[in-house]
Amino acid sequence: MNTITKTLLTLVIAFTAFGFTPIKPTKKTAKLPTADADNGGIKLPKDFGAVVVSNDAGKARHLAVNANGDVYVRLRTLKNGKGMAILKDKNGDGKADESTYFGDFAGTGIAFANGYLYATSNTEVYRYKLNNGQPDEASKQTIVKGLPEQRQHETKSIALDGVGNIYVSIGAPSNVCQVEDRKKGSPGQDPCPILELYGGVWQFKADKLDQTQADGIRYATGIRNIVGLDWNKQNNELYAMQHGRDMFADYFPELYPLPEGDNLPSEEFLMVKKGSDFGWPYCYFDHIQNKKLLNPEYGGDTKTVGRCEGKDRPVMGFPGHWAPNALLFYTGSQFPARYKNGAFICFHGSWNRSSKNQGGYNIAFVPMGADGKPSGKHEIFASDFAGMEFPSPGAAKSRPMGLAQGPDGSLYVSDSQKGKVWRVMYYGK
Amino acid sequence: MANKKIALALGLLLSISFCAIAQNKKTPTKPTTVIDKKVLANGQKVYETVCTVCHQSDGGGVPGLNPPLIGTDWVLGSKSRLIGIVLKGLQEKIEINGDSYDNIMPANDYLTDQEIANVLTFVRNSFGNKASAVKAEEVKALRSK
Repeated sequence: MNTITKTLLTLVIAFTAFGFTPIKPTKKTAKLPTADADNGGIKLPKDFGAVVVSNDAGKARHLAVNANGDVYVRLRTLKNGKGMAILKDKNGDGKADESTYFGDFAGTGIAFANGYLYATSNTEVYRYKLNNGQPDEASKQTIVKGLPEQRQHETKSIALDGVGNIYVSIGAPSNVCQVEDRKKGSPGQDPCPILELYGGVWQFKADKLDQTQADGIRYATGIRNIVGLDWNKQNNELYAMQHGRDMFADYFPELYPLPEGDNLPSEEFLMVKKGSDFGWPYCYFDHIQNKKLLNPEYGGDTKTVGRCEGKDRPVMGFPGHWAPNALLFYTGSQFPARYKNGAFICFHGSWNRSSKNQGGYNIAFVPMGADGKPSGKHEIFASDFAGMEFPSPGAAKSRPMGLAQGPDGSLYVSDSQKGKVWRVMYYGK
Repeated sequence: MANKKIALALGLLLSISFCAIAQNKKTPTKPTTVIDKKVLANGQKVYETVCTVCHQSDGGGVPGLNPPLIGTDWVLGSKSRLIGIVLKGLQEKIEINGDSYDNIMPANDYLTDQEIANVLTFVRNSFGNKASAVKAEEVKALRSK
């Protein structure tokens, strides 16, 4: 055998052993880092792969990727005295070679926009100016101050519309506005006083300093809690994921018997228009009956619509308690064309279902039409984050928390347990 | 001189060993009360109906929301504080091992003294926990306060 034949044979054997045909070195894929053999422990569709950027950035919340590819991860608690991790991949293998920490406040929201890095604590929205493309820590400005630090649902998420406005979610410090919160048998307050300052989305100017909640506009109401929200550039509307109420099966086992009771109420995928009212705390959505229905604390019986007639409906409902913590409209070209303008939804994973029936701990994809409505059913895009047969929130290996799109169209995912960060890429033709 | 030093070191070593042995002998002297199996079984029933949904079947809680019940002073420490939480609920944010827990706990004062005693005895002796039983009289005394 001559050397050329030997080399060819080795190559053939190598490719057969790996079980895939070699990717043509097109301009598109040549720059991509090689995926980890196990995709960082998660399951992805065919021809997708993932590389672990970091294993332990800190207890992660949302994340954003700068134009140079640096990954900024918001943290729930300070690490090294700082509230976000900056992960830099210097040699192009996809893995962070350097992790530095930035900003003196922990929190959830983050976005690069208008030449600034915006980030939130539970009470403020700040921004840092980009100098030569890098956020300058000394340039910190306060955009919104003194937001309520409620006892539950206190984190503030943000989205920007590109025409000068920033949207901030202010969750309700309550499950379903009972007289005694979370107490079985306690009736719902009517009217619910919480809606005045909570339970909605507020709109502020993205470049005006020191605004208070009173300076903002209550853009939408009747929303229990939003963690994931994003601006859809295709139809220029705000979208958000509502966390549905807890404790149906526990408070009303006769109305919501298990195991079916675990699936209600729906986690709602909302198109949020100015003036929208989605009906919380009086109403919930049932994706099985496809109806907005009255909550039992307000006289509901799983069938009565009552005052929920005319309340805004979600564009899609998901199974109960999956905890949608991030929403991202994919605008890149790194993934196949069918993903363009579709929605990725990150489900942190449930705790308020029966222990052997927990759900979520995955990322769903929803194809979207130009009319701003889903053009098909949701599909599970990434799964196995928990790494166990019956996920439990404390023991899960990881819980997907945030989503971000990189400048090349890679999809980044953060984890709230230890701050694992994945970069998901498409390797097909 | 050198011999003296060695002798001194040996002496020290020996006395340390004796101390260690003496201490080892001391540790098991604390009376370990056997927990009634019936109490544990009844406590588990209450736990599964009332507590599991938030604190989870493994007692691990939910990170950032509902505190874990494993190896924490909140469970293993003061019994009256623990009974008080079940009777009155917990509105304040608490911190365990550097992590804070935001969800509120409602008062569970509709449970009987015996049910509270059973469930707390179960929690104090499950998930790897080991601590003395809670008696119905202790609950009763705090409830009437």
